[in-house]
Amino acid sequence: MPTITIRSHKLKLVYDRYVRYLLFGCAFLMTFIILSIIVFVGQQGLLTFTQVNPAEFFMHAKWDPGEGNFGALSFIIGTLLTTILAILLGAPLGLAGAVFMAKIAPPWLREVMRPATDLYVAIPSVVYGFIGLTIIVPFMRQYLHAGTGFGLLTTAVILAVMILPTIISISEDALRAVPRSLEEASLALGATRWQTVRKVLLPAAMPGILTSIVLAMARAVGETMAVQMVIGNTPQLVTSLFTPTATLTSEIVIEMGNTPFGSAWGNSLFLMALVLLLMSLAMIVIIRRLGQGRMA
Amino acid sequence: MSSRISDKIATAVAWLAAFAILGILASFLLYMLYKGIPVLSRQFITGMPSDIRAGGGVGPELFNSFYILFLSMVVSFPVALGAGIYLAEYARKSRVTDLIRLSTESLATVPSIVLGLFGMIVFINYMGLGITILSGALTLSLLNIPVLVRVTEESLRTVPGYYREASLALGATKWQTIWRVVLPNALPGLITGITLTAGRAMGETAILIFTAGTTVSRQLGDFDVFAAGETLAVHLWYVMGIGLVPDRLDIANGIGALLIITILLFNLAFTIPGRILQKRMTGSQH
Repeated sequence: MPTITIRSHKLKLVYDRYVRYLLFGCAFLMTFIILSIIVFVGQQGLLTFTQVNPAEFFMHAKWDPGEGNFGALSFIIGTLLTTILAILLGAPLGLAGAVFMAKIAPPWLREVMRPATDLYVAIPSVVYGFIGLTIIVPFMRQYLHAGTGFGLLTTAVILAVMILPTIISISEDALRAVPRSLEEASLALGATRWQTVRKVLLPAAMPGILTSIVLAMARAVGETMAVQMVIGNTPQLVTSLFTPTATLTSEIVIEMGNTPFGSAWGNSLFLMALVLLLMSLAMIVIIRRLGQGRMA
Repeated sequence: MSSRISDKIATAVAWLAAFAILGILASFLLYMLYKGIPVLSRQFITGMPSDIRAGGGVGPELFNSFYILFLSMVVSFPVALGAGIYLAEYARKSRVTDLIRLSTESLATVPSIVLGLFGMIVFINYMGLGITILSGALTLSLLNIPVLVRVTEESLRTVPGYYREASLALGATKWQTIWRVVLPNALPGLITGITLTAGRAMGETAILIFTAGTTVSRQLGDFDVFAAGETLAVHLWYVMGIGLVPDRLDIANGIGALLIITILLFNLAFTIPGRILQKRMTGSQH
């Protein structure tokens, strides 16, 4: 009898080892997937340069693939400006919300705000875009007399709302992670709550707060549907807050359907996707540098 | 300005911010429901879409949304579960572990349109699957995987270490411990995480436009994975941008309401019981 149980135990241990290999395989698949994305999108995108001068793509804003003009500068600038503006509008509100949730809110209100931030994430981006299209665009047109109502500011407003949950939840976590003793020391010295927040909590939580802002930027850079619905889709350089323009994502989504795969035009859209991919990977590197190593 | 007054002002600003945050959310949800619910009729929810005339429904789109979501979860969940278990229970600090974590984080921030184009190259061009429900579901699973990995890892980490020790001390192998002790105890968190991920994937659009397409099979309830598979969210974008139907605003409002109702169900009806269960299980002493 004992020999049998020992043997079956040994069998279980062998089984255990194979399970371990299998699980490792699943985990390593992540690396495999991200590398294949970089390779496939990169390869297809870089083919553009066999027909288009890199300087033209990055430095010129004349986009007319039918005539052989492949200047993507206005899209790159469109992406950067909408993102920066969205952060300027959304980050202060989100940060104030995070401070509120971490330090001020009564417990019941915090219990309401948690699922609320989840709901913000869950609302589909087409719905954000549709609300932008039916409320914010007409508002801009009627009350701010902003031309068509489509454009940079409208897009930034919608994006600012969409990045709120990222800023709120990650900043709140960072604020909560500050050791209670720091806060108590400050309060014991006679500082008010606001002084404590401003001089102790915010500086101590700064890496986490910056992480939340970078992740919010990544979300804004990659957002496609909502942006495409309200930006106006005009390949031109931005001259004012109300200029209808285009971003890398919006341009891809509009043109991909009508371009033959493998043509210079098609490849240039993949090149735009590669630029987006590199932007988001760069943000991951920045987040790592911030020393938090959190996930999106 | 005295420090006490500035403290009062800052507190007031924080309260205002909180109400603005809740107010924006509530107004978006209520607006969409207010506009959309009157459109929701039996004919709209189950009917076939129309290309030119008014009065089309969204039956096939509604079906495709859930079907693609289901297929993508079937593909992504086992892989993500495995990866999550590995990261939570096995991974030691090493270069390879670091690489896997970095990859998962990077994958989570890849813009969805880029995933869509990747799906186009790999599933449609190289593997020849065509613009179908299958291509859409496979590409969508790339979006779900990193989120599910994190959810799995986080919920496994909430299981206290002495559970594992007790099981190992009884002579269970590591895998027996994970399968019989750790996973059942992590289940509530896992369920909450899966439903939140599913809710997000339900409304995804950019990934599906070029992989699952903007047309539907003419048979209602078509389980053929090689049929074209436009989803609700894609249809909303399509009718507003390209569609020719005269009642496109009504259709968009209706779809908006359907999507909001679905995510409310996913977020409230499914996750709140999970949270309560989790509290009860972690709160009770063993």
